[in-house]
Amino acid sequence: MAVDMARAPQSKLRWGELDEDDGEDLDFLLPPKIVEGPDENGVKRVIEYRFNEDGNKVKVTTTTRVRKLARARLSRRAIERRSWAKFGDAAHEDTGSRLTMVSTEEIILERPRAPGSQAEEVKVAGDPLAAMGKAGAVLMVCRACGKKGDHWTSKCPYKDLAPQVDAFIDKPPTETTASSGATKGGAYVPPSLRAGAERSGTEMRRRNDENSVRVTNLSEDTREPDLLELFRAFGPVSRVYVAVDQKTGMSRGFGFVNFVNKEDAERAINKLNGYGYDNLILRVEWATPRPN
Amino acid sequence: MRPILMKGHERPLTFLKYNREGDLLFSCAKDHTPTVWFADNGERLGTYRGHNGAVWCCDVSRDSMRLITGSADQTVKLWNVQTGAQLYSFNFDSPARAVDFSVGDKLAVITTDPFMGLPSTIQVKRIAKDPSEQTGESVLTITGPQGRINRAVWGPLNKTIISGGEDAVLRIWDSETGQLLKESNNETGHQKTITSLSKSADGSHFLSGSLDKSAKLWDIRTLTLIKTYVTERPVNAVAISPLLDHVVIGGGQDASHVTTTDRRAGKFEAKFFHKILQEEIGGVKGHFGPINALAFNPDGRSFSSGGEDGYVRLHHFDPEYFNIKM
Repeated sequence: MAVDMARAPQSKLRWGELDEDDGEDLDFLLPPKIVEGPDENGVKRVIEYRFNEDGNKVKVTTTTRVRKLARARLSRRAIERRSWAKFGDAAHEDTGSRLTMVSTEEIILERPRAPGSQAEEVKVAGDPLAAMGKAGAVLMVCRACGKKGDHWTSKCPYKDLAPQVDAFIDKPPTETTASSGATKGGAYVPPSLRAGAERSGTEMRRRNDENSVRVTNLSEDTREPDLLELFRAFGPVSRVYVAVDQKTGMSRGFGFVNFVNKEDAERAINKLNGYGYDNLILRVEWATPRPN
Repeated sequence: MRPILMKGHERPLTFLKYNREGDLLFSCAKDHTPTVWFADNGERLGTYRGHNGAVWCCDVSRDSMRLITGSADQTVKLWNVQTGAQLYSFNFDSPARAVDFSVGDKLAVITTDPFMGLPSTIQVKRIAKDPSEQTGESVLTITGPQGRINRAVWGPLNKTIISGGEDAVLRIWDSETGQLLKESNNETGHQKTITSLSKSADGSHFLSGSLDKSAKLWDIRTLTLIKTYVTERPVNAVAISPLLDHVVIGGGQDASHVTTTDRRAGKFEAKFFHKILQEEIGGVKGHFGPINALAFNPDGRSFSSGGEDGYVRLHHFDPEYFNIKM
C-alpha cells in the first residue's frame, strides 16, 4: 500500500505498532500548513493541522503580531555608526556583562488623579449640604469595619447592625418631614432631624453605603490605592477602605469600596467577582444584604 | 513602556546628551568616564578614558565626530567620538562646569567654578577643524557673577550666551564683546540656584530649572518669562520635547522626605508637564535616587533620564503617549 511504501525507507514499523507520537508520519493526510503573511498591522497567522492525542485531526491557528517598539529610522551615517568598534571600557566587554537590561516592570506615564471622580460626586450630591454631610460621615468612622458612618465600634460587626441603624435613622426624618410644619408644640428637634438639615447628607451617605461593595480574598499587600485603581473603572468611587492589621501592616484580606452610583457598583460586582488579582481570586459582593 | 536600564556608571549621573541624529546617547557622571550608548537599545558603544575628576557636562558636534567634556579636574577635553581618543585638553585654574558647542561647532563656551579665590568665568574657545591645530587660547573671557555658573548655552546665531547659576539669576551676554545684555529680575525669576537650562528644538525659547521647585520657560532673545511649572521637589534637570508641547522636569530630594520610607522603591519620577497649559500630564517613576539629567531624543519618541543612583533609564514612548489629551 502507499502508506507502507512511504514509510518503508524510514523504519520497519507496522501500522499496528504505531503509537500516538508517530502520528506525524501520517502528515500527508493533513492539509498543508498555511501561513498568512504579516499584513499591514504586522499580524501573521499560521494555520497548521495536527493529530492530537486521540488521533483526531486538529486545526491549530496561531496568530502573532510582531510589534517593533522603537522605530529605527536610522540615517546612513547612523547605520555606519552602528558598526563602529567598541572602545574604552567597552572594548573587552563580554556578552555576559549585564550593563544594559530591559526593565522587568512595565512603567506607565501615570496621570495625576483626575479631579473628575471627586467633582462628579459633588455634582451628583447637588447641594453643598450633602457634601458637608458626607464629610461628616467620614469623620465618624467605625474602627471595626471602617465603612459605616452611622455607628461606632461597639455596634459592629457591620453585617448585622448596620441595616438596623439605617432603619433607625430612616424613620424619624421621614416622620418629621411629614409633619415638618407642625412641630409638637415647640418640642426640641435635634439638628439632624430638623427640616432640611443634613437629611440629604445622611441620605447621600446611606445611598452611598447602599452602594458599598465588599471585596474579600485580597492579597496581603493590597492597599486602598490598589482597590481604587481596580474599581474606578466602573465609575466614581466615593470611598475605599482596606482592613489592615495594625501590628503586621498586612491587609486582613478584605476591604470595602463605596460607589457613588449603584449601577456602577453592580457592574463592578458582576465583572470582578471571581477576578484574579495578585494571584488570588477576588470575591466581590454587596456589603449589605442585597439592596433592591 | 519598558525602560531600558543602563548601569555603566558607578557614581551619580550628571548630564545626558543625544547626538543630532538621535542614535547615540552620551552620559556623564561623577565617575570620571563619559560613556556613549546606542540610543535605540541602550547597548554601550564605548567610554572616554582620561579625566581625573567628575565629568559635569558634555556636548557633541553636529556631525557626531567630536565630543567635548567638562570636568572637575580643571580640564575640558576634546575627544574623537568614534575611537575614544583624546584630541585636546584645555587647562583651567578651576573646575570646569558647563560646556556647549556653538552652532557650526567652531566655538565652545566653557564655564569654570569659583575656586580658591578665583571668580567664576565664562570662556569661549575656538575649536579648530583639525585637532592638531587646536590651541588653548580663549576668544573671550567673561568674569562671571557671584557663585557657580551651573549651565551656559549659546543663543540664536551664536550672538549671545545665556548663563544660569547659584545666584538664581539668568543672564544674557553678548558673545563677541562679553557685555551683559539682560538679566532676569527678582520677582519673576528664580529664587534659588538654577540647576539646568534646556533650549527648545528651534532655539527660540528655553527652560530653566531651579532648586526653588519650579521650572520657567523664557523667550531666548528678550528673556521674558513665558510659563512657570511648579513641582514638589527641587528641580535638577529639565528638557523640552522636540515633537510635542511637553516639558519634562526631573527632581531632587526634599529634605523633609528623606526619612519617609516608602515601600515601593523607585519613587523618584520625571514629571511631564504640558508646555502651554502648565498642567501636569503625569510622571514616570523608576529611579532610586534624585534625577540629575534628562534628555529627549531629537525625534521626540524617546527620552532618557539619569539619576543619583547611577542608572540611565531609556524610555521609548508607547503609542498612547502621542494621543494624550488634556
